[in-house]
Amino acid sequence: MSLESHELEELKTKIGREPTSTELQIIAAEWSEHCSYKSSKKHLKMLPMDGPLVINEKGYDSGVLDVGDGYVVTAHIESHNHPSAVEPYGGAATGVGGVIRDILSAGTRPIALLDGLRFGDIEKDQHAKWLFKNAVTGIADYGNCLGIPTVGGEVEFDECYTNYAMVDVAAIGFGKKENLIKNHAKKGDLVILLGGSTGRDGIGGSQFASDSLESDDRSAVQIPDPFIEKLIIEAILEARNEKLIHAMKDLGGGGLSCAVSETADALDIGIEMDVEKVHTRESDMHSDEIMISESQERMLIITDNEKLIKLQKICEKFRIECSVIGHVTFDKKMHVKKGETTIANLSTDIVANATLLDLPSKKPVYLENIEKIKSFPQLSNYSEVMLKLLASPNIASKIWVYGQYDHEVGIRTVIKPGHDASVLRLDNGKFLSIKIDGNPKQCYINPREGAIGCFEEACRNVVCTGAKPIGMLDHLQFGNPKDPEIFWTFLESLKGLTDFAKEFNIPCVGGKVSLYNETPLGSIKPTPVIGVLGLIDKKPLKIQKINSGDSLIIIGNTKDELGGSEYFEYIHKFIGGMCPTVDFSESKKNMTAVLEIIENEFVKSVHDCSKGGLAIAISELCMTNKIGCNISLEKIPGEKLDSDKILFSESHSRYLITYENKNLQKLQVILKKYNVSYNIIGEFGKDSIFFTSDSKPIIDLSVDKAQNIWFNSLKEMVLHA
Amino acid sequence: MNVGVIVFPGSNCDRDMFHVLSDVFHLNVEYCWHDKPLPKNLDAVVLPGGFSYGDRLRAGVIAAHSPIIQDVKKIAEKGIPILGVCNGFQILVESGLLPGVLLKNDSLNFMCEWTNLIVKNNQTPFTNQFELNQKIPIPIANGEGRYFVDDDTLIELEKNNQIVFKYDQVVNGSSNHIAGVCNEDGNVVGMMPHPERAVESEINPHDNKPSSLIFESLIKKMGVNN
Repeated sequence: MSLESHELEELKTKIGREPTSTELQIIAAEWSEHCSYKSSKKHLKMLPMDGPLVINEKGYDSGVLDVGDGYVVTAHIESHNHPSAVEPYGGAATGVGGVIRDILSAGTRPIALLDGLRFGDIEKDQHAKWLFKNAVTGIADYGNCLGIPTVGGEVEFDECYTNYAMVDVAAIGFGKKENLIKNHAKKGDLVILLGGSTGRDGIGGSQFASDSLESDDRSAVQIPDPFIEKLIIEAILEARNEKLIHAMKDLGGGGLSCAVSETADALDIGIEMDVEKVHTRESDMHSDEIMISESQERMLIITDNEKLIKLQKICEKFRIECSVIGHVTFDKKMHVKKGETTIANLSTDIVANATLLDLPSKKPVYLENIEKIKSFPQLSNYSEVMLKLLASPNIASKIWVYGQYDHEVGIRTVIKPGHDASVLRLDNGKFLSIKIDGNPKQCYINPREGAIGCFEEACRNVVCTGAKPIGMLDHLQFGNPKDPEIFWTFLESLKGLTDFAKEFNIPCVGGKVSLYNETPLGSIKPTPVIGVLGLIDKKPLKIQKINSGDSLIIIGNTKDELGGSEYFEYIHKFIGGMCPTVDFSESKKNMTAVLEIIENEFVKSVHDCSKGGLAIAISELCMTNKIGCNISLEKIPGEKLDSDKILFSESHSRYLITYENKNLQKLQVILKKYNVSYNIIGEFGKDSIFFTSDSKPIIDLSVDKAQNIWFNSLKEMVLHA
Repeated sequence: MNVGVIVFPGSNCDRDMFHVLSDVFHLNVEYCWHDKPLPKNLDAVVLPGGFSYGDRLRAGVIAAHSPIIQDVKKIAEKGIPILGVCNGFQILVESGLLPGVLLKNDSLNFMCEWTNLIVKNNQTPFTNQFELNQKIPIPIANGEGRYFVDDDTLIELEKNNQIVFKYDQVVNGSSNHIAGVCNEDGNVVGMMPHPERAVESEINPHDNKPSSLIFESLIKKMGVNN
């Protein structure tokens, strides 16, 4: 239990008496960092959260965006880092389950998942490999069983996650606007717990997640049951169609304590409940355990007597349990009884609103000298370096991962995983493009520019499919916030994200803060993960096969920005250098130009340039199209740089455009109209990835060889090494 | 023409199949919940994919003992066309309507990828519009999709022309590359790949026409014009 002594004193003052043991448990869960956001809440307000498409209603656990024609898209992101670090299979699986119920609680059907996974160095560390393998299986087993496609994500390895696991899951929902649950309740309405039974798993999970991970407390990890979750989804959607739900909330962190107090607080009501009415997995559970168990696959529903009968019929059909555990009152109190005995009686306002903190921050000492220009000796040939990068776990194809996820179920997936962003078709003829991106290596070197970079990269990815960004999800993952240096990195990242969101009018529609991500070696690198949703009104870019003779344009300047790059960190084992920065005006005009080019169907494909730099991005085009290329480095726009910097710099706002030569003039009209920096840098053909610098070959690599290495190295690493 | 799509707790491709049958091929479709009797007026039945009963014990084995399967067996004897896709195929095998078993893929992983099928029997209600050996680009998505029969049964299957689809290469280690089979009468067909995910050009990156022939074959068989 993590209630600190001053918090206990505060509680006593607020309620004017000694708290009961149940009250202590409820408060400890609800005032934990995980549930209360006490360290971050004050600052999160800086993010813009409103926009023309945003629908705000009380009590939603997910963001809601109006996509027109009477339809809405919902979105949310969550992580399950602590549990996944202890028990990767169950931790990752229940992470999927939790975020899906957030989508469901708005009254929308979950239609897609994306996951961001981060572990230690799997090349050296067997434990990291075990965590990775089992987290992937956990996600696959859960998402596949539910029939919700996992359409995208990212995987990264870095020593800062040694003995730890970062498992972020974003979920997308879709439904009719008229079917959204309008959370409301009136006196006498019934409070119902529906779904799986309450057991001893996940006891104190939120406090567990709000401390540094010191013990392998497996009882704090929940046990997944995707079959029950699937039944709950179908039962709830049937109940929604019949308008049987007044208000609804998912049971997540803090279990019943959190769901009951937060629902009551959001709806301005009181709730009286009896722990003896809760259906439990074991007969001898203590009341306190029932109140804070984080057993999965449970939903809290408020409805009236008449609708209850219909709801019970639906539950019978799906053979899931549903218990009336209490009723709505108007005293704004959370009144918990065990039979006739009161075991907790607290103002919901006190429970649901922990005192917010204003933690001190201070620029970390390590940042003073980390950002400066750094150069390495030049090689005459970079083919070997390329092979090494293509085989590296962060750059190698992730097909071993997404090949285990059903990414087709639901028959919406137009652009499948393995491209820049995934695209789903919606029922109104529009398309939704989605992507999540993180970059802890750059965020470590410059927390502000790194975070902006993640945001811009996710935008670039959806823009590559022809989508205009309409909403953002942020997941801010940092170490112990009580360390002022860590808290400073949190604030810097948040400020950067806010600036970008405001400048580009992209509202933050959902998010999560995960703090206390500490490993035995110290704090993780700042790890904000940004999800961007984009909308396509007409048609997404139909990616066409690249043929011999097709040409390549790069949009955007390549700069001396190799800080946090794979080239510096993987090849040279060097942490430092200049972090890529986003020039907002350049970023904006490049995005606009690319969207117009795609809309006019002047191109065969558009590819984002990011991890590994343009050498890797161009190679990806060659490998997926099984065709060679001939690229001249001196044609790359930007200041004059060493060859390795041109090849591997990870500068932002760059796009690779493949086109048939007959479309060149029409393309150039648009590029000139927006005055973007661009150049024709080469063409496709033959069977080797061929780069020249001043007419001398600097990379010459067989496409077959490159593809074989890129495609298989991650799988080999997991299964055989 | 009335097609029933059977729904078990945990089915998850039922809505996709319903959409394809009704919106793409304009058939009358109804969902049939597992604990209700099968409606009398059905001209064909589809068992869609998913994880019936969460794949507990073994994929398809619990659903194979549902009351509705007794009705399915009765109409199978009458020669009514029945198609099982993925978990539906697993259920048909577990209920004894089709020969063989479906084991874990030899990778031991769930596999979601596009494959090519080759039509080996173009006499069934779901393949009569194909040329023999015609190729179908189509996705698979399964963990227990490796079709297995012993050598004697394999000879039997070949003799009776019960092998309907094969993969064009080794995909999951299945016996003789088998991806789909039928019963001796040919009216009950099971296949691991998902035709409902391949019939619309918007979501099929290859060619959607071949897999459409699976449903067009059924329409042809029933003699209805849509």
